[in-house]
Amino acid sequence: MGSYPVNDPDGFYTGFAAAGYGMMWNTRYLKANKLPAPKEWIDLAKPIYFGHTGMSAPSRSGTTHLTVETLLQGDGFNKGWAKMKNIAGNFKTVTARSFGVPDGVNSGDFGIGIVIDFFGLSSIGSGFPVGFVYPTVTTLVPANIGVIKNAPNSANAKLFIDFLLTPQGQEILLDPKIRRLPVNPKTYSKAPKDFPNPFKDSSIGAAVKFDVLLSKGRYNLVNSLFDVMITYRLDDLRATMSAIYKAEKALGNKNNPKAKKLIADARALVAKLPISEAKANDPDFNKIFKKKRKKAKDISKYAGTRQAEVEADWDKQVVSNYKQAKQKAEQALKSL
Amino acid sequence: MFKNLFLKSTAIFIGLFLFIFLAVPIVQVFYVSFLDQNGHFTFLNFYDFFQSALFIESLYNSFYVASMSVILASFFAIPLAYFTARFNFKGSVLIQSLGFIPLIMPPFVGAVAMKLLFGTNGSVNLMLDQWFGFKIPFMEGLNGVIFVESIHYFPFILINLISSLNNIDRTMEESAQTLGAKGFRLFRRIVLPLSMPGYIAGASLVFLKVFDDLGTPLLLDVNNMLAPQAYLRISSIGINDPMGYVIGVILVLTSVAAVWVAKLALGGKDYSMLQKGGGGMVKRNFLPHQKFFAYSVVFLILFLVLSPHIALALLSFGTVWSFSILPDAFTFSHYKAVFENSVFIKNTMLYCSIAALIDIVLAFFISYIVLRTKFVGRQLLDYIAMSALAIPGLVLGIGYLRTFYSVNLPWNDKPLASWWFMIVIILAVRRLPYALRACNAVLMQISKYLEESAESLGAKKTTIFRKILIPLMTGGLLAGFITSFSTATVELSATIMLVSTETDAPLAYAIYSYMQTAAGRGPGAGFGVIGVLIVTAGTYLSQLIIEKNYKQRGMEAKID
Repeated sequence: MGSYPVNDPDGFYTGFAAAGYGMMWNTRYLKANKLPAPKEWIDLAKPIYFGHTGMSAPSRSGTTHLTVETLLQGDGFNKGWAKMKNIAGNFKTVTARSFGVPDGVNSGDFGIGIVIDFFGLSSIGSGFPVGFVYPTVTTLVPANIGVIKNAPNSANAKLFIDFLLTPQGQEILLDPKIRRLPVNPKTYSKAPKDFPNPFKDSSIGAAVKFDVLLSKGRYNLVNSLFDVMITYRLDDLRATMSAIYKAEKALGNKNNPKAKKLIADARALVAKLPISEAKANDPDFNKIFKKKRKKAKDISKYAGTRQAEVEADWDKQVVSNYKQAKQKAEQALKSL
Repeated sequence: MFKNLFLKSTAIFIGLFLFIFLAVPIVQVFYVSFLDQNGHFTFLNFYDFFQSALFIESLYNSFYVASMSVILASFFAIPLAYFTARFNFKGSVLIQSLGFIPLIMPPFVGAVAMKLLFGTNGSVNLMLDQWFGFKIPFMEGLNGVIFVESIHYFPFILINLISSLNNIDRTMEESAQTLGAKGFRLFRRIVLPLSMPGYIAGASLVFLKVFDDLGTPLLLDVNNMLAPQAYLRISSIGINDPMGYVIGVILVLTSVAAVWVAKLALGGKDYSMLQKGGGGMVKRNFLPHQKFFAYSVVFLILFLVLSPHIALALLSFGTVWSFSILPDAFTFSHYKAVFENSVFIKNTMLYCSIAALIDIVLAFFISYIVLRTKFVGRQLLDYIAMSALAIPGLVLGIGYLRTFYSVNLPWNDKPLASWWFMIVIILAVRRLPYALRACNAVLMQISKYLEESAESLGAKKTTIFRKILIPLMTGGLLAGFITSFSTATVELSATIMLVSTETDAPLAYAIYSYMQTAAGRGPGAGFGVIGVLIVTAGTYLSQLIIEKNYKQRGMEAKID
């Protein structure tokens, strides 16, 4: 399934369910604000959705991380981040908890959220007026289960896993409050109408060839970069995007090369990264971001460099880029 | 000789307890914040903190939110206290007791409920939009945190201000009146300055609680404040990231500074009055138009501060509540889920009653040792125990993880930090100051002569404890028990760090985790309602006991 094996080739763990990322929306909210439901990630970068969307931070949720990484691998590091930031410019909020997203959509706090499928599907199952869709670019990941070594109750644990894989066990996943995609293709015959079936609908999760090792190597760095550029600087990013939208609206179809250039510059500044792709993939540089307290001998090339130091430097660049971009957009608006 | 040996060993035991479970974890946090990558001493972590624009902004935001919350909380508390304590006001007891209720709900639950009422698309804004075509951003960003926090913590100011107002000598006011002062001038020159000690005590408590609070900004998705930054660093980068500890140190230092500044603000002035004029100032009558104004203000404030409870009750009975003024329909089914999972309620009752029991036992001995013995360093015991008030729950939680994670339990080789009893201990340490205050207050009111007479008649220390002190202190001990118990039930910031398995989780944690699923909002709110009911019952009980005790004392005084 995707690039992850459903069952461990060495037999240590088995997959019991699958999950992919998508978008959920509140139908009452969209109706009240006269907005269409989105279909693809890039839809979320449209100016009409400004202030109406939300997402969790990849540092807070492993599945959100996969979405961001999928985007980066699907579009390439630089283009992927640019797209991510254009989408993020419309965010109302970046939630500190992954459940903050479905919670916000369910209660109508914001209209559209980027969520893992079972959040959307279980919200529908619980009766909330919401909808859910997989965009073309998504990765399906299996949820795995295994027995730990020397477990106190390994016999019962094995029985539980066996049960989970029986037809009855798999059907539990269809419970309106759970709604995970079963790994047993036959279970889908019992599923409600409109329930996604990755075994029939081959478009789900097929577009990207996901590189697991690349993802693993820069895991913490991508999280940190997202937080520095988006989570903690959302207000700056939003103000900049708002200025750009205003300038673009004023420009319309007018032929004003100067304003056009300024807007293009502003967008480029928003997209600009404080780190090159090569450095972001450099295993030595990534050691600064390892969870374990690093020893100097582990970081030969970047000995003495501290994560907080790197982040403060990125932050400085990002804030200055957003500020300049905003100024350029305002200049463009003035010249129109 | 035996009695001294017993007391001395008790003092040493308490000292040791506080050392291990309060001092060591805090010192650990301080210690780690000064370590570099190789475990050598360094100031670089603090340098990094002050180099980072994000951390500086978080520091500023935390200060801003805490200060603004004090101001907004004052707007809620001052009219309530002034109108009910200074005027003949029907229902003033009811209003004063209703005013305390916000304190007994975990602030993060309040945040969820307030979002449904005051959020961008909450009930109030939907109505405003429908009728007048505009919305008010009550809950956006820092505003939301200020709004929720001031509603939650304003009772601290209310309680202290009312007791201060009730203690003002009426002759002060009368003298001012004979000299021709009235109206606002009387309030500004006499009432306001004389009630300052109570106000400052409450305000500093609000400042420090808001500064440390984690749950509220976290649920409102406000990241750029110190407590959430510390939590996010620790929980996403790991317990080895030094910045989490640096922020912890800064939180502790600021809290201590807030207490110190409050002391300084009151220092150098004499607030004592020569005599107590029979139970505070004369209660005046309102003029008709004043009465209308006062009642409108009081009801508006009460509606505002009780709105989280209203929303929580609606949520617990509602089916689907989405982008609408009220839930679509009502049901009892959420409470079914609540009672099927009553293990959380049981855990909370168990943890909080053991913690509160530990608290009153410790508090009884500490106050006895401090007030009745001449042991060297007895004041230190009091200071350390009280200092728990200024230690953010989050920092203590991090300290516990750091200190007790590497120690294994002897019987199952699991880390000590993941044992449920550690939750009890952290709750006991966190709530000890409340019990200690209650014990100190009653012990100070009991005359030493009673014990001395008993001693001269040959009573042993244990007999004196059993026959004189404990009966006389029952009211205070119970009040201490219930204050510790009820405030412990809503604690989340320290316990969230220590809960390792769901079956060990207390109620506040259960509410938090229930609120993380689409179908769990209703049952989560149901748990919240149950929690509020438990604590309300407890608070009411303690009020009854204190009142009864007070009346008894009054009777005895008359017999004298």
